Amino acid sequence: MRISRNGFLRFLAAPILMLARKRATAAHGKRWVMVIDNRKCMQDEGCTKCIQACHIAHNVPSIPDARREVKWIWKERFRRLFGAEAVPVMAENRLSLALCNHCENPPCTRVCPTGATWKRADGIVMMDEHRCIGCRYCMAACPYGARSFNFVDPRPYIANRSADYPARSKGVVEKCTFCEERISAGRLPRCVEACPSGALVFGDWNDPKSEVRKLLESRYAIRRHPELGTGPSVFYVI
Amino acid sequence: MHFPDQQQRAYRAWITVLVTLALAGAWCYLRQLNMGLGLTGLSRDVTWGLYIGQFTFADGLAASAAILVLLSAVHGSRSFRKLVLYGQILAIASAIACMLFVVADLGQPSLLWNVLLHPSPVSIMFWDVVVLAGYLAITALIVTVTINCERKDLPPPRWLRPVAVLSIPWAIGMQTVSAFLYCGLPGRSMWLSAILAPRFIVSAFASGTALLVLVLRFARVRLESETLRKARTLIAYTMALNLFFLLLEVFTTLYSRIPEPIDHYQASAPWIWISGTLAATSLALLNGFRRNERLLPVACAFTVASVWIEKGFALVPSGFVPSPLGVVTTYTPTVPEILIAAGIWAVSALIATLLFRTAFAVRSYNGEKPYLLSVEQEILIR
Amino acid sequence: MSDRPIIASGLAAFIAIATLPFWYNAFANRLGRLDLAHADGKQCVAPVEVMRRSHMNLLHEWRDLRVRDGVRTQAGPGGRIYDISLNRTCVDQCHHNKAEFCDRCHTYVGLKGPDCWSCHEAKQPLTAIAERKAQ
Repeated sequence: MRISRNGFLRFLAAPILMLARKRATAAHGKRWVMVIDNRKCMQDEGCTKCIQACHIAHNVPSIPDARREVKWIWKERFRRLFGAEAVPVMAENRLSLALCNHCENPPCTRVCPTGATWKRADGIVMMDEHRCIGCRYCMAACPYGARSFNFVDPRPYIANRSADYPARSKGVVEKCTFCEERISAGRLPRCVEACPSGALVFGDWNDPKSEVRKLLESRYAIRRHPELGTGPSVFYVI
Repeated sequence: MHFPDQQQRAYRAWITVLVTLALAGAWCYLRQLNMGLGLTGLSRDVTWGLYIGQFTFADGLAASAAILVLLSAVHGSRSFRKLVLYGQILAIASAIACMLFVVADLGQPSLLWNVLLHPSPVSIMFWDVVVLAGYLAITALIVTVTINCERKDLPPPRWLRPVAVLSIPWAIGMQTVSAFLYCGLPGRSMWLSAILAPRFIVSAFASGTALLVLVLRFARVRLESETLRKARTLIAYTMALNLFFLLLEVFTTLYSRIPEPIDHYQASAPWIWISGTLAATSLALLNGFRRNERLLPVACAFTVASVWIEKGFALVPSGFVPSPLGVVTTYTPTVPEILIAAGIWAVSALIATLLFRTAFAVRSYNGEKPYLLSVEQEILIR
Repeated sequence: MSDRPIIASGLAAFIAIATLPFWYNAFANRLGRLDLAHADGKQCVAPVEVMRRSHMNLLHEWRDLRVRDGVRTQAGPGGRIYDISLNRTCVDQCHHNKAEFCDRCHTYVGLKGPDCWSCHEAKQPLTAIAERKAQ
């Protein structure tokens, strides 16, 4: 294989450029968090607009067998989200949202043997399905059940495939990525935009003027299983 | 060496069964490559099942050769000296089974090289691959050199002893790393226990030695009664420790009454009961060995079954039940999944059979009589 | 050794038959050069020879830049900025039609060609793109 001089120099420079870019991102110092305002979300318990927006845009398959389902965001009962011991019994069946928490200290990225999932400097726990070998160790490590595995080829189960975002093949793990393709272009995640009652708030924890900061400073917010030390970035204002 | 017809037939039947199982497993695996892991009984909640459970058990079998090396090479026990080669042959076959189980469990096995191309030293699974491959290399080297030296009737080279001694901490490290796969995950409270590694090591030594005794009995290998007595003592002590550690875990779970561990315990309770009962029975039988030597193979079979159920079923799938969201999803392996697992064991048994045949042939050529034959057969052979 | 000529001639015949595909294709000259639809006379991401030989390397590099480093754009020669996207840039913007460009060469050389398209769905033919641009 022959490579031109230009190509070779670019190849050599690539690691340096990558380091420079990484430092640039770190210096920018964003830390993305999401706040779910449960009172607003519970106003319409049957609403699934955030889920539909996410799943349709990201070509998430609808697999009829619940044991093999793939889901990036879904509605879950309080009892299951926060633990039966944390929730008064009269509220345990109320619904809230579950998604990847993009933890500060994620166990899933620690255990991945190929580096197919990692934590970015801006807080997002990313997923590289090209490198995933499908060992599902990350799924065993996640304390929140946020990850899904493609047990079968998902493409037949995608109703209206969008060409703007790739689908996945069988044998890889996938999960919510906080719509990283949108937030790096300055837009909001699809679930946040789709929510009719504004229950989902997304922003930069490090920005004192952001809406998430104001929300978290004024209201009491909980996270899922804080005692595990994972430091979730998804807060529930209850 | 000429064997009587009955044994030839038995041997051929054994090989036929193994090859058939291996081919059936290979065909089912091709179907799994085509369809994906949907062919198995796994689900979004229970993501590791039969394959990883069998991997854990096979990992223990592979590590068990270390106790034989420890007792013979380090502590100079003469009874185990002849057994070391056989134990290491079992270790090679088990290590290969481990690798095959891991590959069978992967969703994208063609990308397996990513583990080596993009190593992630903070991941325990990376170290598991490294340690397993290294152990296979060490054990294969030891077995090759030992068989070659015995064939040429030469003493083994001086450097073989340090390599053999190296395999002891390496094997213990291998089982520890396998335990670390489980006991470092914050969200799986059933596995989040420091005693998991000691349980693995102790049950590995018990089941590996017991399986070795069973295999040698099955192959009608001549074993001195002193060797059998020492093996029985080893199995008894390790099995007793294993049962004790299990009871420690059960106590911590039930006495503290923390809900999540109790839920896990309730999900795996049937398996724990079966495994514990088998363990207790094997201990009783091992104790009765003094009076009746024929109890030893039965006791060994119970030991192997107890550890197989403990590692293969009580530990791995049950750790996922209930899920982190508190959902109970049952796991039942499908027929193709079972056939793939059986096929992998068959391949491992084939490799062990071939290596054992080589070892027996070399040893009998040297004038040893590894086989236990009846008086008539001895006369026939002479 | 009266067998030697027989053996030698048999061996030669076997080698000739075994290598038949190679020298037959070399001398028959039935395969013309593949005429690929050129990209729109715009600036290329890299020189043609580089692309011809190492476009897979470029794709891998771009993939890792986009997915693993979060880099959304790359500068090409002449300072032109390209959005890193297989569908929007490589297919839509430059080579227009996967079936007429990528597939023709890959099928021609018998490449069971790359698995990218099973997930990154290829775009519609040119007319559909032109229609959407017109909207």
